[in-house]
Amino acid sequence: MSPTPAYITGMRPQDILLPVAAGLCCKPGGFHIDPVRPVERAVITHGHSDHARPGHGAVLATHETLDMMRLRYGENFAGSTQAIRYGEELRLGDVTVTFHPAGHVLGSAQIAVSCGGTCIVASGDYKDAHDPTCTPFELVPCDVFITEATFGLPVFRHGDAAGEVDKLLASVKLFPERAHLVGAYSLGKAQRLIALLREVGYDAPIYLHGAMEKITNYYVGRGVPLGELRAVKGVKKADLAGTITLAPPSATSDIWTRRFPDPVTAFASGWMRVRARARQRGVELPLVISDHADWDGLTKTIKATGAGEVWVTHGQEDALVHWCTAQGLRARPLDLVGYGDEDGDAALASSEAAEA
Amino acid sequence: MNRFAELLDRLSYEPGRNNKLRLITSYLHRAEDPDRGFALAALTGALSFKHAKPGLIRELIAARSDPVLFALSYDYVGDLSETVALMWPSSLPLPSGERSTGVAQRSRSGEGDLPDRTELTPSPGSRLAAQADLSPEGRGEERRRNDPTPTLTDVVTTLATLGKAELPAQLARWLDELDETGRWALLKLVTGSLRIGVSARLAKTAAAALGDKDPHDVELIWPGLAPPYLELFAWLEGRADKPVNRDPAPFRPVMLAHAIADADFGNLDAADYIAEWKWDGIRIQAVSGADQHGQIVSRLYSRTGEDITNSFPDLLPSLRRPGAIDGELLVLREGRVQTFNVLQQRLNRKTVTSKLLKEYPIHLRAYDLLSDGENDLRTLPFEARRGKLEAFIAELDDPRIDLSATIPFDDWERLSAARKDPVSAGAGLDADAVEGVMLKRRDALYLPGRPKGQWWKWKHDPHIIDAVLMYAQRGHGKRSSFYSDYTFGVWTDGEGGDVLVPVGKAYFGFTDEELLQIDRFVRRNTAEKFGPVRHVVHAPDQGLVLEVAFEGLARSPRHKSGVAMRFPRISRLRWDKPPRDADRLETLQRLLD
Ligand SMILES: [Zn+2]
Repeated sequence: MSPTPAYITGMRPQDILLPVAAGLCCKPGGFHIDPVRPVERAVITHGHSDHARPGHGAVLATHETLDMMRLRYGENFAGSTQAIRYGEELRLGDVTVTFHPAGHVLGSAQIAVSCGGTCIVASGDYKDAHDPTCTPFELVPCDVFITEATFGLPVFRHGDAAGEVDKLLASVKLFPERAHLVGAYSLGKAQRLIALLREVGYDAPIYLHGAMEKITNYYVGRGVPLGELRAVKGVKKADLAGTITLAPPSATSDIWTRRFPDPVTAFASGWMRVRARARQRGVELPLVISDHADWDGLTKTIKATGAGEVWVTHGQEDALVHWCTAQGLRARPLDLVGYGDEDGDAALASSEAAEA
Repeated sequence: MNRFAELLDRLSYEPGRNNKLRLITSYLHRAEDPDRGFALAALTGALSFKHAKPGLIRELIAARSDPVLFALSYDYVGDLSETVALMWPSSLPLPSGERSTGVAQRSRSGEGDLPDRTELTPSPGSRLAAQADLSPEGRGEERRRNDPTPTLTDVVTTLATLGKAELPAQLARWLDELDETGRWALLKLVTGSLRIGVSARLAKTAAAALGDKDPHDVELIWPGLAPPYLELFAWLEGRADKPVNRDPAPFRPVMLAHAIADADFGNLDAADYIAEWKWDGIRIQAVSGADQHGQIVSRLYSRTGEDITNSFPDLLPSLRRPGAIDGELLVLREGRVQTFNVLQQRLNRKTVTSKLLKEYPIHLRAYDLLSDGENDLRTLPFEARRGKLEAFIAELDDPRIDLSATIPFDDWERLSAARKDPVSAGAGLDADAVEGVMLKRRDALYLPGRPKGQWWKWKHDPHIIDAVLMYAQRGHGKRSSFYSDYTFGVWTDGEGGDVLVPVGKAYFGFTDEELLQIDRFVRRNTAEKFGPVRHVVHAPDQGLVLEVAFEGLARSPRHKSGVAMRFPRISRLRWDKPPRDADRLETLQRLLD
């Protein structure tokens, strides 16, 4: 798939993909990528609720993404569905579509759209860091690279997640009479954290908030080994001393926490890199573990794609566009709205209410 | 340095005192000499070196970053040291395996666009520490050979001798060598802005716990110790005898009183006790002694043993007589004791200006004498010490130091009357600064802590008002799932009739059971949420009335109500009372006059 210069066909990139109110629209292919409103044909990068929404006519996504949507929205979340494998080529209208691993969560994909020799990669959310729970990020050479900018500032460097896991375990050791309550997004982050804990040899049971169970069981069912997991509901308070429980972030500061003995509140997120953000949430043990590329990851990836043009979306667009321009790349912010609220706080609130 | 940085990082997020203690003790246990000693010095504020200016830090980062990216980052992070710590170009390759291997096989250790750091030279600090042989067992040296990052010892010893011109290059080298948290801690340390909510007292208590010792014992020997406290750790770890305090003006652990309850009087004989006023100032210990050259050294200590001498230079000339006075700091104007609100102007000041000294002249009112010259008086009965104190003050004959008067009484009724009316019982025009009476057994030895039955405090009854709960906020730490911080208000005239105006905040005074009840009430009666704050329903016939007790009231232009309460706490929940029957602002205003 060697890119052909666009001038040969006369097709401009914006003729292939264009930001509209519903999301990124591919006119020649007759579909939208990660639409935020119901559309006739949706092509979806991954299962987070800000990217995968219900109510579309037809949905094309990886098998795992479709399963996650089914888990969250029920059997009838779309008119029809079609699963696609990484690397599989599919003709849609006048364009060719291929999916490539994004390394973000299980089943997450970058979507390469080619038309008349021009290749645009819509990478969705991605990371290039180690994650035992999903297929590693794959670099896709392209003419136009559409990148997220969630952590698009040079202050965001996430370092080695294993170091953060050590920090958590050191705290468990130091406070054996307390429970450790770790806020983590329930799709992706939670399972990755469990897998990272298992990698360093932590083999005690890990407890789960009710809202985590379904999706975590799904990971296990897809062959991701996560060791012994237990529902925290119904466990006696005293028995939770010295244990680790994973919960949706919003649950870690509410009534639900009273079932734990003197809990240490941790939060696993790239945002924890900035102290004010951690304080604002009342976190006592910030763990800098991100499922998005950090600044170094974003800039390295952009360079490595060989793209001459970069479209920047959701996050710190200004800084990343500035960096691209300084590198001699054409760059512009894509004014897409509706992304960035990973796990859907509304969904969390209702699960919290049910738990409380 | 990275390990010390991890400790600071963890402490900065930890709200609980006991957990802070555990973190510090655990660090002191794991860290080596002399690093842990310098860490203890940093936590107790015992390190001193010229601080780097923020301008220098800005120049360093400006030379290494794009100005637009720096500006956007600083704007986002909001703290200079933290921004620089986070965006400082990293020189260390990431551990292999961290980055995934996609088709492009890219790996971050390549870092082709970063400056080549292979020519890193060891910092002069490590050499200096090695020459000084501050690491007797060589454990630190061993580690340093394999690890290029500077130790805390490197940083502290280098900064102590480094010339101003060399500072920028040295700082840059260290920043290259440390990780994000290490850089943050280093910058906080060198700019003198290490604020992590740990008092010197807490750090010393954590050190004491290392050897299961009484924190008072550490406090006692502390003035004779200096960083990196090798002899202290040797004693705490049972490797050596207790260090001797050779300080000419040491702190002595303070004796405290129990609050007396009505029921206690039945068991007490009035004849056994001496009574005096409880002055509403700051309890301190003023100590003077001659050093080996015969020079008088004077120090003021807070009741927890923190050295607060520098805040009250105006009192030092009066402390020329060797001895240790236990007393109360007050502000006196034209011979009259001012209220605590006035004294407060002298507290927590970074610099003590001559204007401040003139407008708020400090005074010491003496309660007790713990040593007279070389003689330790603490094993004498209170009555005997009192005699010595009277003679001491008389001989000193200084207008800034006087004796706390005793209150004559034959029985509890007489004393009770005096407590209710200090003006006619001898306190006269100073009565506003009296917060109750103190009872001390005539035969009480001066014992550290709060020994039973020796000293009693009998405070004035607090002021009480009924106020309406207006806003509730989540607490911290253990209370983070509870709405435990309350803003309450009283009625006042508004444009369309009576309105509530906030008059204070309280976050204690209630029982655990009451906390649960209020929390439940707040959750069920929330009108609006603003972030962590809930606007609780408060109308004439809907809402919760809180009985609030407080110690005093001051005018405050900063508050909408114009008043500020001292030491407010929730004393009772008035579920029985409709909000319309709560107090009015006029009631509070009358207290001011
Ligand atoms: Zn996502």
